[in-house]
Amino acid sequence: MATLELVLEEEVAVGSRRRRLGPLFWAAIAWMTFVFAVALMAEFLPLPDPTEMDMLERRAPFSALHWLGTDGLGRDELARLIFGARISLTVGLCAPIIGITIGGALGMLAGYFRGRFETLVVGSMDVLLAFPPLILALAVTAYLGQSLLNLTCILGVLGIPAFMRVARAATLMLARREFVIAAQALGATHARILLRELLPNVFLPLLAFFLLGVAVTIVVEGSLSFLGLGVPPPASSWGSMIGEGRESLEIAPRLAFLPAIAMFLTVLAFNLVGDTLRAFTDPRQGAL
Amino acid sequence: MTGQALLSVEQVAVDLPTPRGNLRAVDRVDLGVGAGRTLGIVGESGSGKTMLSRAILQLLPKKARLSGRVMFDGQDLGRLDPERLRQLRGRSLAVVFQDPMTSLNPVLTIGTQLIETLQEHLELDALAAKKRSVELLAAVGIPAPEQRLRQYPHQLSGGMRQRVAIAIALSCEPKLLIADEPTTALDVTIQAQILDLLAREQRRRHMAMILITHDLGVVAGRTDEVAVMYAGRVVERAPTRALFKKMRMPYTEALLAALPKIDAAPHTPLPAISGRPPDPTRPVQGCSFSPRCRYAVDQCQREKPLLSAAESPDHQFACFHPIEAGV
Repeated sequence: MATLELVLEEEVAVGSRRRRLGPLFWAAIAWMTFVFAVALMAEFLPLPDPTEMDMLERRAPFSALHWLGTDGLGRDELARLIFGARISLTVGLCAPIIGITIGGALGMLAGYFRGRFETLVVGSMDVLLAFPPLILALAVTAYLGQSLLNLTCILGVLGIPAFMRVARAATLMLARREFVIAAQALGATHARILLRELLPNVFLPLLAFFLLGVAVTIVVEGSLSFLGLGVPPPASSWGSMIGEGRESLEIAPRLAFLPAIAMFLTVLAFNLVGDTLRAFTDPRQGAL
Repeated sequence: MTGQALLSVEQVAVDLPTPRGNLRAVDRVDLGVGAGRTLGIVGESGSGKTMLSRAILQLLPKKARLSGRVMFDGQDLGRLDPERLRQLRGRSLAVVFQDPMTSLNPVLTIGTQLIETLQEHLELDALAAKKRSVELLAAVGIPAPEQRLRQYPHQLSGGMRQRVAIAIALSCEPKLLIADEPTTALDVTIQAQILDLLAREQRRRHMAMILITHDLGVVAGRTDEVAVMYAGRVVERAPTRALFKKMRMPYTEALLAALPKIDAAPHTPLPAISGRPPDPTRPVQGCSFSPRCRYAVDQCQREKPLLSAAESPDHQFACFHPIEAGV
């Protein structure tokens, strides 16, 4: 009798663990939603202009007028943080979208068709990986100019090899499974097999990787902006704000720490959600 | 038989290049199935049964080389252009695979997989395809088919999944169904049900069926003709009744002896076939079964016996010293 109860409890525990994602996951989702909402509605919020300078109010402390104080040029810190979130999130989302689209497609085609095409794709990705990314970013921004579009494109291109590898690895494993042969035996076209049989299976690992990619891109964009290679001033991104805050680290450390905390929390949230999704999909795939 | 055969396999050989040399998986096989008839292909693991079925479907691995002809319904499948071949598969030729765990797509519902196959081949609209799916699932013995359509493969048991796979294979009324070890991955209690289901649907639809298995017991009551394969070759071929009445090839006899008997005393050791099948990358000069054969003589190690008939024309075997009738 006792053993029976034990077994039942265990089953219930397993069932609920699978369904429950944990408070940390929901906290991460809440933070992400909050940042997104604020960034989207930045223009409609009652905020001071993020580029308006007030030389009399330089590095002002927290006040009712400036909730998070002002920076070294007297610009409202909260407004700059929120408008900075727009840049960081735009780059952070758009660049991995470029990566997942091109890299995912190339990876699936390479993993499915194999042969010379695969050699070509894997080879060219290796070349791209062998190139130092920072130098490439430097060269491109120096050549084409500093702009949001250029920054997004270069970070997106740099992300292609990683997505290609994830997609190719998943496709290679799946293409050998019997359901693909079964689909061929049922007279499915290559396009159908790729889109209907393989894509739904490859999509989950790609999505989990995408969220991690967003986190990495936000950090990389931050580093580039910190080095002065990001969006051109006076527009702010979290990275460039940390860079500007560095100058007054001794007088007003919050100017560097506030954007750093915003970036830290956002990156952590994306990583948490990505990791949870990955863990959530992995064992189920194994059991099938 | 060859005259009105729906499918005829003529001198088909499959070579697979491996790092250890060329592997001849199927060695000059001749077979035929008439419309509405059932052919059983029996052999142990690695005897080339699955490769033969893939060769029939033209679904061999990319590196494999196929020689010989596969004629289906008057067409040479090897020469058909890919588009025609694609239309033929699924529509006229269908397969049921060994493992229903992997032959269904894990992330699509049963309904999606069935309905899309129907829409693709029969050009039905969504509603008609759904109605037909429900009928098909009911026909293969799945209770509450409408609810099953919304379920994913992992929510079904192995037997249910195999029934779904059969329903998908049957969905377009194929002329030939290839069942590649359809019951190997299933419980013994489910095996008979699935085999009976296949036999029933085959009779009802008057389709031809190739039943591939390693179990002589499976083909005994359910096939018209049996071909026994060993090391890529057909070593004995006969109408099922004739084969079980008097088998001539020592390998077939050994296979039958290795089946557990229901009337044997408990703990009776099973007579296993000693030794292992030959390494397919190193062809044996003589009869490939000779190292394991208890009747083997010198001649068996030097020469390869050819498939030939003795008393009756439809009972062929490849052996110099066949088991005598009545022994």
